Amino acid sequence: MRFSILVNGKRRTLEEDADTPLLWVLRDDLHLVGTKFGCGIAACGACTVHLNGVPARACVTPISAVGDAPIVTIEGIGESEWGRKVKAAWLELDVMQCGYCQAGQVMAATALLAKNPRPTDQDIDEAMRGNICRCCTYTRIRAAIKRAAGLPTADTREERA
Amino acid sequence: MSGKHTAQQAGAEAGSGLHISRRAFLTTGAAIGGGLLLTLRFVGKASADDALIGAYIKIAPDGIVTLTAKNPEIGQGMKTTLPMLIADELEVEWENVRVEQAMLDPIYGAQFAGGSLGTPLNWLPMQRVGAAGREMLISAAASTWGVPRTQCEASRGVVRHRPSGRTLTYGALASKAAALAAPDLDSVRLKRPEQYTIIGKFTGGVDSPRVLEGAPLFGIDTMLPGMSYAVYEKSPVFGSRAVRANIEQIKALPGIRDAFILHATERDAAVRMGLVDGVAIIADKWWDAQKALQKLRVEWEPRSVTQQSTPAFEREAARLAGDAPQSIIRRDGDFHAAIGHAAKVVEASYSYPFLAHATLEPMNCTAHVKHDGSVEIWAPTQNPGPGAKLVARTLGIDAGRIRVHMTRVGGGFGRRLNNDYMVEAAMIARHAGRPVKLLWSRPQDIQHDSYRPAGFHHFKAGLDASGRPVAFRDHFITFGQNGQVASSAGLPRDHFPAGYVPSLEFAQSLIELDMPTGPMRNPGGNALAFAFESFIDELAHAGGRDPLELRLELYGPPRVLPAPPPQFGMKIPPFDTGRARGVLELVADKSGWARRSALPAGMGMGLAFYYSHFGYVAEVVKASVNRDGTPHVHKIWAAVDIGRQIINPAGAYNQAQGAILDGLGQALHLNITVQDGRVVQSNLNTYRLLRIDEAPPLEVHFLRSDNDPTGLGEPALPPVLPALCNALFIATGKRIRSLPIDPRLLRST
Repeated sequence: MRFSILVNGKRRTLEEDADTPLLWVLRDDLHLVGTKFGCGIAACGACTVHLNGVPARACVTPISAVGDAPIVTIEGIGESEWGRKVKAAWLELDVMQCGYCQAGQVMAATALLAKNPRPTDQDIDEAMRGNICRCCTYTRIRAAIKRAAGLPTADTREERA
Repeated sequence: MSGKHTAQQAGAEAGSGLHISRRAFLTTGAAIGGGLLLTLRFVGKASADDALIGAYIKIAPDGIVTLTAKNPEIGQGMKTTLPMLIADELEVEWENVRVEQAMLDPIYGAQFAGGSLGTPLNWLPMQRVGAAGREMLISAAASTWGVPRTQCEASRGVVRHRPSGRTLTYGALASKAAALAAPDLDSVRLKRPEQYTIIGKFTGGVDSPRVLEGAPLFGIDTMLPGMSYAVYEKSPVFGSRAVRANIEQIKALPGIRDAFILHATERDAAVRMGLVDGVAIIADKWWDAQKALQKLRVEWEPRSVTQQSTPAFEREAARLAGDAPQSIIRRDGDFHAAIGHAAKVVEASYSYPFLAHATLEPMNCTAHVKHDGSVEIWAPTQNPGPGAKLVARTLGIDAGRIRVHMTRVGGGFGRRLNNDYMVEAAMIARHAGRPVKLLWSRPQDIQHDSYRPAGFHHFKAGLDASGRPVAFRDHFITFGQNGQVASSAGLPRDHFPAGYVPSLEFAQSLIELDMPTGPMRNPGGNALAFAFESFIDELAHAGGRDPLELRLELYGPPRVLPAPPPQFGMKIPPFDTGRARGVLELVADKSGWARRSALPAGMGMGLAFYYSHFGYVAEVVKASVNRDGTPHVHKIWAAVDIGRQIINPAGAYNQAQGAILDGLGQALHLNITVQDGRVVQSNLNTYRLLRIDEAPPLEVHFLRSDNDPTGLGEPALPPVLPALCNALFIATGKRIRSLPIDPRLLRST
């Protein structure tokens, strides 16, 4: 079947089986490989993209379900104000270790801040718990989200507990 | 001295083919396009032939410095750390440095990421390479000006003649320096720590900006002209033979180019984590190959008739515990006499499960077997050298005909010290006659790992009237293969408290195992620390002692124990009880250990110490228990001694924090079970990695003792597991003796 999708502001027309997950369209057909494959069942968040500005797991999103929803991937997220700030905070705090999950983390964090520019620790937990970091860089992910939001980065959860 | 042998074991597995080098020197040459090319050579111990170990420095006429990172980057930060060492001594600005990943090449010597050995093995050689380059550039400037070189100094990529103030840039000097003889590396002058300009500075990962642009850096991102995609289905029951499959039906599916059975020979099957039987499906798109798997029907023939299972392992372990041990690992004094005279006797049994590595980038590899028989491979591997040898052996070609590109690696944790995916990709690509990218699904990745071995410990100890252990015994029930201890399933004979308790016995019995095991981040230590440091805590409480004070008493006054023999071409640092004391006292101070009795009821602090990979780490966990019995970790403190110099604080704190949380996840959730000869868990919903809402606040403190720096990928992991369980004992009065923690045991009744 022929599909026409909008990826990072560009119209792309593709011949695909209707059940092909968006992840493999992005990676293997459009060669946008920043979006990663981790589990195939929406359990890890490595494949997180934005559909209509909302985080979605590309590994379980069939191309036929995308319709006219604009898609933003890690390759395009720096075009938005929040995407630029989040990426800058990620680099300033040197968040990543292996880096494999970090595109998904940045996409989830950007969606959070676009909706909620001053997130609490609990907001961060709720928005980010779908994104596994196998290297466990969670301390810096939390701090970088706060840095992007212009909030103090110190982890004060224990004092408040 | 806890995991010293485990560090060595991991290093030995990682670094097979490692050159034991005595002396290194530099050669110079002109870089392509002009400028300086500095190449380090090692003179091998075994032969008089000098081995070229690689070009490390290129200085272009425009002053841009390209440094080579020789080891794989798996998230441990070596692609940034090693060039920092060169750049600081070279006296260049980090902004002008570009880093290139080396290919696998014998001229670089051992290239691997394992055993936390990147820093101790390369700390001095990399600095010396940089310093030699600096001295040559100074010489080139001095001869240009006709002045004594002692009047010249280098800084920020510029050589300056002090008396006249004249300057020349490295870019202008590079071609001239390339014609000079290189200085002797052993005598080249190194900077004093207070002169460092890059070492010790918070330095972001060199690849990080490109990762956030979505650049194709990882193995899974490899894309070649004319490339096909492959999946490879193996039997869920380990080591089964593929008898037949519905190949013709699979080949007829849309998008499928080919499908075939690969039979491993007896010789292949004899190699641990080598090629095993399976069905390859090649398609124009990976998704088509993956979909075809749902229609694949294979008849498998198990090699052995026994169907292994976790309950059967537990029954066998219980049976062996009742028998005399099969072997004695270590015997000091007379345990049986000493236990007879003890004022108090404590007994406890501990166990922990198999674990999978679950790197977030599933196993994958891209290979191209060319018409002339040569092979080119793009592999996310921690250990490319043995991988190339495995491919050579299995394909029956010379290893010299294999080129391996070391891609960025989406997590290692020891899984990628083995190279089974590499040999599979090469065999499939040879059959296909075109470049092929093999990618495993997540279930294949979890169900075909080299697992962290499970284990069972039966401890018995005697205390004297003061509460000090005088007798200690462990009957360790572990796993074997063909009567030998399985990979990473051993108990080092010098494991703490050996050497600190006068009458001690480490005994061992083996359960025969059909599934592969292997090193996982801090092999040995990731399991043994939980058992031993929890039982030591039990002994402290049984003897009415403060767990901190008892440890300090056992390690005794600060002293340096005899050094083990050299290994990996380096001196092995001796164990220093003063460093153990140092981190114990520091973590106690930072966590408020002395004031722990003031914590509210239902909250506790636990402490543990572990020495591994030359690093000394003590950790304190503060925890309580939720109503449903799940642990609530309020905070974790760590004190770490890896020597006088933290090369890159950005990486160091990240490694320590990540290792602590990695260990926490193991304690809380991780569990691989076996049923009917196959692994039960199949994806990240049932193999539950730690998530951000479970990651507590952390405090990491480095104790800068005056010792050469050592590695940090692994040492911070083990103590958190026993420290958590020791805290839960204070919080609830219930002792966790089996992992992962079962909340039902902690629920208040």
